[in-house]
Amino acid sequence: MSTDAHASHGHAGHGHAGHGHAGHGHIAPGGHDDHGHGGGHPESTLSGYLTGFVLSVILTAIPFWLVMSGVLESKEATAISILAIGAVQIVVHMIYFLHMTPSSEGGWTLMALIFTVVMVVITLTGSLWVMYHLTTNMMPMDPSQLP
Amino acid sequence: MTAMTASTSAPEAGGVKETPVFYVADEHEHGEGGSTQLGFWLYLMSDCLIFAVLFATYGVLGGNFAAGPSPKDLFDLPLVAVNTSMLLFSSITYGFAVLEMQKNRKQGMLMWLAITMMFGAAFIGIELFEFTHMILEGATPQRSAFLSSFFTLVGTHGLHVTFGIIWMITLMVQVMKFGLNEPNKRRILCLSMFWHFLDVVWIGVFTFVYLMGVLR
Repeated sequence: MSTDAHASHGHAGHGHAGHGHAGHGHIAPGGHDDHGHGGGHPESTLSGYLTGFVLSVILTAIPFWLVMSGVLESKEATAISILAIGAVQIVVHMIYFLHMTPSSEGGWTLMALIFTVVMVVITLTGSLWVMYHLTTNMMPMDPSQLP
Repeated sequence: MTAMTASTSAPEAGGVKETPVFYVADEHEHGEGGSTQLGFWLYLMSDCLIFAVLFATYGVLGGNFAAGPSPKDLFDLPLVAVNTSMLLFSSITYGFAVLEMQKNRKQGMLMWLAITMMFGAAFIGIELFEFTHMILEGATPQRSAFLSSFFTLVGTHGLHVTFGIIWMITLMVQVMKFGLNEPNKRRILCLSMFWHFLDVVWIGVFTFVYLMGVLR
């Protein structure tokens, strides 16, 4: 895949003297060529923005409606659905408003995003998990809970 | 044979015996501002970590009411819905501004930026109204751990939006004075990323803080 991309780059771009062969020992990560930064910014389109907007209006309305009307009987089910819809909406914004594509800036924005998401997940789940157990293992502070 | 020399010698060395180089030796030219977008994206990712920490703090402390008011007593969901729609509208109008910029229409872009700014200002106005309402009811940041973490998280987001508005005004003046030149276009695209990023953070806020808070 990467040799393929490299070869096509070499032909389309300025034919560099030393870059002809496929599988040349190029150290930089896949797709990063002499003009690798160039294709960084995909053009924004009206249809893209409108699609994103309509999707995010729907994805905002549903969780508010779920909580305000209380159609789902159990609170757990409501909580899980609104968190899932929120996650979907974040992805929609990333694609349609922030124009995230795997190839933007030669893949570096996606790498940075993946790294950040991993850090965010560790921070959030780690804090909630550890602190929840810390709280449940605490001495009861409420007099009614004492034996 | 040729494959051997290609793999053992440095990229441009061409057969001369040399110690192998394991990085790109021929650093190519970067045009002015060529790496701005990536650099700004890295800044946004670091900002994302700030918000992650504030969300984690709220997640841990959000249930400690200290016998004070709870989210159910304080949050007004219809108001939050209006606030959310303000930010959502400002996102699409900023998109329209970028589209006008791509067509090099200066007046149209300035108009859409002004509309975006007004939506942003409406968002901040509603948020300040909500905050003053809460504080007048006695739900101040020092009342409980829940309120401290709430005001820190939502206030940090509000400050970001405020600075985004200031940045937007600055850019509008820049464009009016110097026109739609390359540096200004680049700055407008950076602010676009910043603005849409704040909308992404707000999705987390209204889901995790407001909706989950009322649900609790």
